[in-house]
Amino acid sequence: MGPEKQPVAGDVTPWWRDRRVLPWVVQGVVGLLVLLLIAFLLGNLVRNLTAAGLLLSWRWLNQPAGFDISETLLPFDAGMPYWRGLAAGLVNTVRAVLTGLVGATALGTLAGMASFSRNGLLRGIARVYVEVIRNIPLLLQLVFWYFVVFLALPNGAAAIQLPGLVLAKSGLYLAGFGEGLRWTVPHLVNGVWQAPLRLSVEFGALLTGLIIYSAAFIAEVVRGGIAAVPKGQWEAASSLGFGWLATLRWIVLPQALRVIVPGLNTQYISLAKNSSLAVAVGYTDLYSVAETTLNQTGRAVEVYLILLGVYLGLDLLISLVMNGVNQLVQIRER
Amino acid sequence: MTTVLRRLRSELFPTRGDGLLSIALLSLLALAGVGFLRWAFFQAQWLVIRANATLFAVGRYPAEQQWRLWLLVGLLAAATGLSWGVLRSHPRRDRTGRLWPRNDRVAVAVLVLAGLWGPWALGLPLHLQARWWGLLALLLLIRWLAGRHGRRLGPRGLRLVALIWPVLYLSGMVLISGGLGLVAVPPSEWGGLLLTLVEASFAILLCFPLGVLLALGRRSDLPLLRWGSVVYIEFIRGAPLITLLFLGQNILGFLLPGGLAPDRVWRAAWVLTFFAAAYLAEAVRAGLAAVPRGQFEAARSLGLSYPQALGKVVLPQAMRVALPAMVGQFISLLQDTTLLSLIGLMELLGTARTVMANPAFLGKNAEVYLTLAVLFWCCCAALGLGSRALERRLDPQTIPSAS
Repeated sequence: MGPEKQPVAGDVTPWWRDRRVLPWVVQGVVGLLVLLLIAFLLGNLVRNLTAAGLLLSWRWLNQPAGFDISETLLPFDAGMPYWRGLAAGLVNTVRAVLTGLVGATALGTLAGMASFSRNGLLRGIARVYVEVIRNIPLLLQLVFWYFVVFLALPNGAAAIQLPGLVLAKSGLYLAGFGEGLRWTVPHLVNGVWQAPLRLSVEFGALLTGLIIYSAAFIAEVVRGGIAAVPKGQWEAASSLGFGWLATLRWIVLPQALRVIVPGLNTQYISLAKNSSLAVAVGYTDLYSVAETTLNQTGRAVEVYLILLGVYLGLDLLISLVMNGVNQLVQIRER
Repeated sequence: MTTVLRRLRSELFPTRGDGLLSIALLSLLALAGVGFLRWAFFQAQWLVIRANATLFAVGRYPAEQQWRLWLLVGLLAAATGLSWGVLRSHPRRDRTGRLWPRNDRVAVAVLVLAGLWGPWALGLPLHLQARWWGLLALLLLIRWLAGRHGRRLGPRGLRLVALIWPVLYLSGMVLISGGLGLVAVPPSEWGGLLLTLVEASFAILLCFPLGVLLALGRRSDLPLLRWGSVVYIEFIRGAPLITLLFLGQNILGFLLPGGLAPDRVWRAAWVLTFFAAAYLAEAVRAGLAAVPRGQFEAARSLGLSYPQALGKVVLPQAMRVALPAMVGQFISLLQDTTLLSLIGLMELLGTARTVMANPAFLGKNAEVYLTLAVLFWCCCAALGLGSRALERRLDPQTIPSAS
């Protein structure tokens, strides 16, 4: 070490090393660059859109759509305006997401619990399930379920008949309350299945794929949550006479929920986003309708603003709900 | 023998109920296994894979230029063998220091089996099969030589070995796309596994620095940087990838002055990069949060400048914590490349679609999808294994201290 240079009175820090000035210089430069970039892109956008005659406008939303949607909860036909079609697509998306959430949570929780079973085989199956499913792309799984499994289902009397459920190529038929609130099971009428509840194979394939894929991730979240509960809790419960299931249900899971819920939030959001892959199996969700709309109208910017807004809104909604749930499961200390 | 039996008994039949469950599960598994084997050996027609092996591997890459890809695979094999051998010849102090630890022997066995069985099962002509054997032999030979003599390399030699990889990546890109005296092969002719790997590796490499910058920005004290990063990250993470990919294909042309917008393949690669960067930033941010603030302050008070303190003290620790999450992101990025088939690119899944649209192979969905699934599974599982091995190697408890 050489002799230290003593600070001399009147030695002024130059401005480019001044801690009070530097942050503002950095921010100014970055901000200016970002602003320039945005201005450049927006300028091009406006110029190119004007040249193509597609300047931002929302009037086309009221024009008749001219396409049909095969499966809707919200009634829709080709004569209705575009916004109605997009709304029907949104309802379809929400339907897939909600049923997917319930199914994936149930299956994932079971698989996560199974990895703590006394039964070695069950543990092994749970682990293999998670490792296999997580390492195969969701899109590949979806097209597999659709083209290989659901489109290969037999029709008519040859269809696969389970108690209260019939799987046929023409759709999935569920038992339920039919006319006059009578319990009705699927039955054949002139070679065609009839049931109170019919799901299309497209919806079935999407739902199966989404549930099985998301459940593998949820199983990991649940497993992590259960593993975070101290082992002493298991031992204490078992010495109090609790069985395996009772220990999980009353002692371990309530404590694990604190760790599980934030992880679930992430998984739910990605499930909602992944539902947009429905387009690959022919289920007309919001994204699928938006794509058709874009192809017909050429309104790329508007369609994307709608898509981004809706998906951001869905994510936000899920986050809000899960934050509420999170507050419920936190320990309340006096 | 008795211990095995006792173990089996305690695992499968701890109680009577569990025993029944085990028996039911075992019979179900056996049933499924037999059914699958019967299908795979007697019903499935694997001709669809054999006949289209080249298409699945490289797409419509011109046949007279494919020697460049063979050369690239050869270079890759050599570089892998070299790095592997050198890594083993410089063991950590507390390791056994054996040249062929158990994991390596397993890896060699797997490689040999895959290298012999794969080309044979694909029904490649004998001279192509022989080419794969040659590549395998090259890899193992260099691994052996490097393992024996790698110890002679000093620190500078080690750095040179590490430098092989970026050089190899750049030259690989040149070999694939042409230029520098090679005939240009436009990206529209790439396909199959080649395109999948190009897109994934490009996005993985570029999203890394971007993600680190975004993570640093999000944790910065400067409000403008912080809010800019937050808006970017949340905006990207809020939207499904498929919408962003379509955005890239349809709107990028409007955003850039005419003619400047890149080719469709590269557009998709950039969208993947920007998409993955937002997710990676969150992984890195978690890693940064795990490094105690005192580390940064201590580094600063030792006289390190801000970038030095970050780069030499904080980031290395943060990266170690963030490694599993980052590799997880890379794995899902590799899987996300399948979405490119939805915007009409001919990566693996896109190639599969065109193959199955061919009337000769109509309805062979199961065979094709199963093959792709196995391929993806192997790639992703290998990445996961590699990440765990790296984690162990970087674990401070196995790194000898300076004393």
